[in-house]
Amino acid sequence: MSDFFSAFAGDLPRLSSGLWVTLQATVLGALLALLLSFVLGLMSISRLLVSRGVSRVVVEFFRGTSLYVQLFWLYYAMPPLTGYELTPLLCGVIAFGLNYGAYGAEVVRGAINSVPRAQYEAAVALNMTPLHRMRKVILPQAWVQMIPSLTNLLIQLLKCTPLLWLISAADLMTAIEKLRSRTGETLTAYVTLLACYFVLAYALTLLMNMLERSAKRRLGLASGGKSLLRSRSAVTAPAAGGAR
Amino acid sequence: MNEGFDWNAAGDALPLLLQGFKVTLLATVLGTLVAAVLGLAIAVAGRAPTRFVTVPVKMVMEFIRSTPLLVQLVGAAALFTSVEPLTIGIVVLGIHYATYTSEVYRAGIDGVPKGQWEACRALSMTPRRTWQAVILPQAVRNVLPALGNYAISMFKETPFLAVITVQEMVFEARKYGGDHFAYTEVFTLAGLVFLVASYPTSLLMRKLEKRLGH
Repeated sequence: MSDFFSAFAGDLPRLSSGLWVTLQATVLGALLALLLSFVLGLMSISRLLVSRGVSRVVVEFFRGTSLYVQLFWLYYAMPPLTGYELTPLLCGVIAFGLNYGAYGAEVVRGAINSVPRAQYEAAVALNMTPLHRMRKVILPQAWVQMIPSLTNLLIQLLKCTPLLWLISAADLMTAIEKLRSRTGETLTAYVTLLACYFVLAYALTLLMNMLERSAKRRLGLASGGKSLLRSRSAVTAPAAGGAR
Repeated sequence: MNEGFDWNAAGDALPLLLQGFKVTLLATVLGTLVAAVLGLAIAVAGRAPTRFVTVPVKMVMEFIRSTPLLVQLVGAAALFTSVEPLTIGIVVLGIHYATYTSEVYRAGIDGVPKGQWEACRALSMTPRRTWQAVILPQAVRNVLPALGNYAISMFKETPFLAVITVQEMVFEARKYGGDHFAYTEVFTLAGLVFLVASYPTSLLMRKLEKRLGH
């Protein structure tokens, strides 16, 4: 056991660069996913049949084919087919972004639909343009609804990043795997690794709770400081094969 | 390097993939069963009257739910080398998903009107009989769509089992791809098989949810 932790201390540079790769994959993947969620989600409530159709097809495609297969397709199958080769980290960011963007689109759609109908009508009555209406009335209210589900998706995304180990990106899991095989301390190594991910997940949850609190404040809904420490709830799964 | 899509390789690999797909389905079904039963047990334990039970249960669940399934799988496989990989996969998948399904059950149990509990007390039913005859039948019917959703997500996460050498579809795909240098064909096919299998289920779940008025 002490063997492991002295090796752990000796390996800190590699571990921290692994942590950096994991964080990069999480944050960049999440940003891509957020962008896609809004684009696809707004498209799916559009009045144009074409835009609704395109969004539906894209969402079903990326939700229907497993993330694992998507990641491996990008890493192994795309280079021979197209001649382009992506770095492992980029593969991860794209696969995570596309997959969770598809799940996020349903969250965005559901949240926008849950804004009371009267709010639309009031905005129309005040002669707001559609863009103004969306920006000033609908989205601020929908955003508060979205945050808990998006937090769940973000943690899901973080939990998928160890997949990078399989496509030889030097992420946190790779670093600790190497340590494990050198010291032979299997149990300690995996418990340490799980603890690292738990700390990361909890930190991200705290950040998202802060975001939720400030979004609520803007709507005049105060929530106490205690709400920041709250853990995620698992029952926000949106309709039909939705995110966990 | 071979360019383009080799149809012969695809036709060659398809039977192997479908054979692996059987294992994928088996793992999904058994994993869902474990998750459904264990989740219910956790949900009932979470309503125990003493905090000595509820607080540790909640902490363990939070930990399992916040850490990656892949690490849990690889860790379990490295620790229990004498157990068959498929068994480890099913148990780990089941436990991981039980932390989610327990929340679903909890919501379902909370959704049973308070009057039902009071009526049982008035009829002086034992707690066991209250759960069995009154609360659970109503709760379980409400949670079926959500459980179905988790079954679909579990289905899409079974490829993780390939890492601990369970010979499911993606394992076969990687093996064939490596042997014949045909990664493009096998991974495209594997993706399509997932799409074909999960899209109708997802449609069905949506219909079911609409019918139940969610």
